[in-house]
Amino acid sequence: MFPELNNLLNTTPDRAEQGKLTLLCDAKTDGSFLVHHFLSFYLKANCKVCFVALIQSFSHYNIVGQKLGVSLTTARERGQLVFLEGLKSSVDVFFRAQEEPHPLQFLREANAETLQPLYEFVREALKPVDSGEAAWRYPVLLVDDLSVLLSLGVGVVAVLDFVHYCRATVCWELKGNMVALVHDSVDTEDEENDVLLNGLSHQSHLILRAEGLATGFCRDVHGQLTILWRRALRTTAQREQILTYQYKIQDKNVSFFARGMSPAVL
Amino acid sequence: AKNNVTSFQRKGSRASGTDSGGSRLVSIAGTRPSVRNGQLLVSTGLPALDQLLGGGIAVGTVLLIEEDKYNIYSPLLFKYFLAEGIISRHSLLVASAKEDPANILQELPAPFLDDNCKKEFDEDACNHKTPEPNIEMKIAWRYQLLPKMEAGPVSSSRFGHYYDVSKRIPQELIEASRWHGFFLPEKLSSSLEVEPCSLAHGYLKLLKFIQSIIYEEGFDGSNPQKKQKNILRIGIQNLGSPLWGDDICCTENCSNSHSLTKFLYVLRGLLRTSLSVCVITVPSHLIQNKAVIARVTNLSDTVVGLESFIGSEKETNPLYKDYHGLIHIRQIPRLNNLTCDVSDVKDLGFKLKRKQFTIE
Repeated sequence: MFPELNNLLNTTPDRAEQGKLTLLCDAKTDGSFLVHHFLSFYLKANCKVCFVALIQSFSHYNIVGQKLGVSLTTARERGQLVFLEGLKSSVDVFFRAQEEPHPLQFLREANAETLQPLYEFVREALKPVDSGEAAWRYPVLLVDDLSVLLSLGVGVVAVLDFVHYCRATVCWELKGNMVALVHDSVDTEDEENDVLLNGLSHQSHLILRAEGLATGFCRDVHGQLTILWRRALRTTAQREQILTYQYKIQDKNVSFFARGMSPAVL
Repeated sequence: AKNNVTSFQRKGSRASGTDSGGSRLVSIAGTRPSVRNGQLLVSTGLPALDQLLGGGIAVGTVLLIEEDKYNIYSPLLFKYFLAEGIISRHSLLVASAKEDPANILQELPAPFLDDNCKKEFDEDACNHKTPEPNIEMKIAWRYQLLPKMEAGPVSSSRFGHYYDVSKRIPQELIEASRWHGFFLPEKLSSSLEVEPCSLAHGYLKLLKFIQSIIYEEGFDGSNPQKKQKNILRIGIQNLGSPLWGDDICCTENCSNSHSLTKFLYVLRGLLRTSLSVCVITVPSHLIQNKAVIARVTNLSDTVVGLESFIGSEKETNPLYKDYHGLIHIRQIPRLNNLTCDVSDVKDLGFKLKRKQFTIE
């Protein structure tokens, strides 16, 4: 996790809020650094994490995780991390008929109407275990990413339903958290993706949006991060709070600074 | 993972705890580890392009080439990639719906021969025991430049070669190489698949073919009979064109817009779990649905676009008069890393000279 981002979000692994849906989105840039942040954050917070990793291989996340101070291999071995490796599993599902419904069953279907097997997988992974072992703090579902499901023939309604069911189970029933990445398809007229993004934006408590700079490529500032908090109507504070920072990605860390305050400029 | 032979493992990393064949990977000819993250790379066949991509293409990934409008220059990059595979003694899988793969291989460019090397060998020929130069000898001096496959842990072959596009690759090299062809018109004659998984028919057949080669030749390490220590270079031409049975290039509201994206996803799954690398050319300029182009880009690792000046107003622009077109590096993957190699130079032109394709 990136300590500076924790400061901006006013949170630490020990005292993070529960029952929340965090939406990550990226526009014209690669927002995967946010996924790596939350993965290492929740592992360090001693939570049980179910990671639906559809985009990259296990070793990719593991190698980056090690730079951020967590070992996914160890976490998986001791039962803290349940990892669904989309790319590797897709080969199994696609080429070999499965006896039971596989979480990625939709790959074999023409127009997948439901993601129920995937939801069942998540629920099974995060259900509380009544063993004598040390319990993990609270469950967390992490998805990288939801947009790719649309590319694989899943209808946007099915994806939204899946998120809804996961929220109901993970956030409300189990008092855990959910973090998901959706691409923002800015100029590309991807209607389905827009519906997905809008739908999730309304449901999320916290939105982190990484954007490429309007002026194009810059070596010292890689992009801009907008943080949007949604607060319950009950509080007297503002309903929404929006903050914007610029960031630079380094080998093991991401540094943030106020706009125009990059060390390269000052 | 039982026998994980993917290149996505840090070499010699005991700490990761996985059964790593890491030390084995260094000995594959025609590969080298990336300076940035230790990722195993192969050359595209164009050293200038390798440099722009951070050293080469990572094994286990897809390089997508967006074809130029009249498909004149993208086939060249395609052929460089395949030629490099032959020179490096990699296995090839060539797929096309339009051209017979055997013909594509015939048209590969010849490697540039090193004059110094030739002189050396001529001297050897004089001292050789057999007095008359026979045909085998003649062929032999052409092989002189080629890397020999070494059994030891040291990688001895060169990475990246230069090619003469005005000459054809010697027939003997093609015959000595190990290649598999997929020519769609030949494969379509067999019965239709029953599974309605929404892939265009051509894509489904191609995926199954690729998977069978990877398994049977042992590139994914799961076949107990085959221990493969080589790279499989997969080249797929004009993916997305109507010849594959897909209509994304014909209309904006395609009947099945997920066909190509699903194909790419499963293909990437196959690549990530095997010692293979894939170059695909796509006629993106024909795809009218912008969302599809964006999705296809997101599903590829590296994306390079070619824009030729033919027929455009840039042809007469004095700024571009020495060049035939522009090459755009649209996407570079972040593999095993938070950062990626982004080239500082953004405006890149290419030109095709009589012998060479250069990028500046």
